[in-house]
Amino acid sequence: MRKNKLLTLFAVLVFAFLIIPLVIITVTAFGGESAITFPIKSFSLKWFVNVFTMKSFRTSFLTSLEIALLATVIAMIVGIPAAYALARSGMRGKGILKSVFLSPTIVPGIVIGFVLYQFLVLTLRIPVFAGLLAGHFMVTLPYIIRVVGSSLDQFDFSIEEAAWSLGCSKGSAFFKVVLPNITSGISAAFMLAFINSFNNIPVSMFLSGPGVSTFPATLMNYIEYNYDPTVSAVSVILMAATVLIMVVVDKTLGIAALAK
Amino acid sequence: MAFMTLNNIDVFYDKKKQVLKGLNLEVEEGELVSLLGPSGCGKTTTLRVVAGFIEPQNGTFTLDGTDLTKVPVHKRNFGLVFQSYALFPHLSVYDNVAFGLKIRKMDKAEIDRKVKNILEICDLTEFASRFPHQMSGGQRQRVALARALVIEPKLLLLDEPLSNLDAKLRINMRVEIKRLQKKLGITTLFVTHDQEECFSISDKVAVMNQGIIEQYDTPEHIYRHPKTQFVARFIGFENFLHFRKEGNLYCTDKGAVFAVDTDSEEGALMGTIRPDDIEIAREGQKDNVLVGTVGVRTFLGKSYQYEVNTEAGKFLVNTNSQYKEGEKISLYLPPEKLILVKE
Repeated sequence: MRKNKLLTLFAVLVFAFLIIPLVIITVTAFGGESAITFPIKSFSLKWFVNVFTMKSFRTSFLTSLEIALLATVIAMIVGIPAAYALARSGMRGKGILKSVFLSPTIVPGIVIGFVLYQFLVLTLRIPVFAGLLAGHFMVTLPYIIRVVGSSLDQFDFSIEEAAWSLGCSKGSAFFKVVLPNITSGISAAFMLAFINSFNNIPVSMFLSGPGVSTFPATLMNYIEYNYDPTVSAVSVILMAATVLIMVVVDKTLGIAALAK
Repeated sequence: MAFMTLNNIDVFYDKKKQVLKGLNLEVEEGELVSLLGPSGCGKTTTLRVVAGFIEPQNGTFTLDGTDLTKVPVHKRNFGLVFQSYALFPHLSVYDNVAFGLKIRKMDKAEIDRKVKNILEICDLTEFASRFPHQMSGGQRQRVALARALVIEPKLLLLDEPLSNLDAKLRINMRVEIKRLQKKLGITTLFVTHDQEECFSISDKVAVMNQGIIEQYDTPEHIYRHPKTQFVARFIGFENFLHFRKEGNLYCTDKGAVFAVDTDSEEGALMGTIRPDDIEIAREGQKDNVLVGTVGVRTFLGKSYQYEVNTEAGKFLVNTNSQYKEGEKISLYLPPEKLILVKE
């Protein structure tokens, strides 16, 4: 095959544009200076040590993990049946309902955060953790409905009808025949929802309270006052974790499953 | 009472559009009955009422003397085969077929025996461990059939099972279906829009149009004696003439006179004949003759088809003789081939 040189150059440039910032961040994480500099003048691992010794990082990381996991699981319990109902029923106003479910992805995060703050924190005065969970549930639900929904749109429902005709009740047919055939959609939805919850800042900023804060919110706070390579070290750790997860997913389900 | 009856079934969609209009159908035990009609005639809806996917607004469905109108799908014990095959993609052929038996909580050895037996009958033994996506359309269709038959259903329902297969395979499969159906003696409803397929396989055919059954009869009888214009058109009668009755003869508006030898019902005043049955009139022949000019010719393989413009409208005629466009010819409509139908 004849290679187009211009196209190759273009591809290299785009690739460089994407990868160079990551390389710079990674390099700065190993610098010995007390401010982020590039190139680094001395080598040190102290910023990594700093990440693991700072209590606020550790607790907020665990909080984020907990909230992302719980919010995603609750969103799946609510979202999968909702997506099923939307795909299966021929009811009127289905299109409107779909748009309503997807609206949190369209409305700016700051607005959602502010409204939830007004409603949950000021009016209802619910505990900080519960508030955060509710906010993150709201942010993750659309991803579940969207991704599982598109998976269901591809599903041939006569398969479900065949199961009924073979003696399966509607409930058991859903678990025996529908669910096993949308697993790739479900795992993709889980990943997307989890990552979005874990990375979310606007909702978390408004709903964090005394003693309870999410990881990105804590990181934001930290950067405001300290411009040292600790953030670079955190980035490197997060990148490594993401790569690790991707490798695991690829080995078990295949990356293609996420793209579907 | 017949083995299976549909009695005065009404089905509406969205409370406005009536899909089935007081439909009645009786099927005897062991028969294979086809529902034949164009798309939108209600044949699939009828099958879905029988299967239990649709509850009719009015009417009853009984099987072997039991009213099943309100019994849910999964308690009916009917075998279904879908146009898309609807095999379970995540299960092997063996597990697809065993699915219905596992639901019935049968013991393992019994399941194994039954599955192996039906796979053998359907010529699928060597494919037991394959998955649906590894198989051809014809093989998948046999799996779908095996899966439906293994539960020993009281009724077998086939929804256009052959329309996704290529022409040659379709003919093999319909022989296969007929063979299995007779061997197991299972009462079967078969939905199709293909009249050749339907005639070749059925004991009886119900020709449907706009939510009712226009004619319900044996394939031979429907082929030779359609009762209505719609049925005639659907099974290949292309030429129609409006008649007035005068004594024992029938006249067109323009005065051509025809004798009709075939049986007809009271009030059936539309003459019809297949393109194959029209002959070219001999010199001087006067009765049952229609004069016209030759129009477009198409080559059909075994013969030519001519469009002939007559005083009674356009006629399609199949013949081996060659004519030029614009030539005048006389068509002879044999009285034993001319049929009277209702409009």
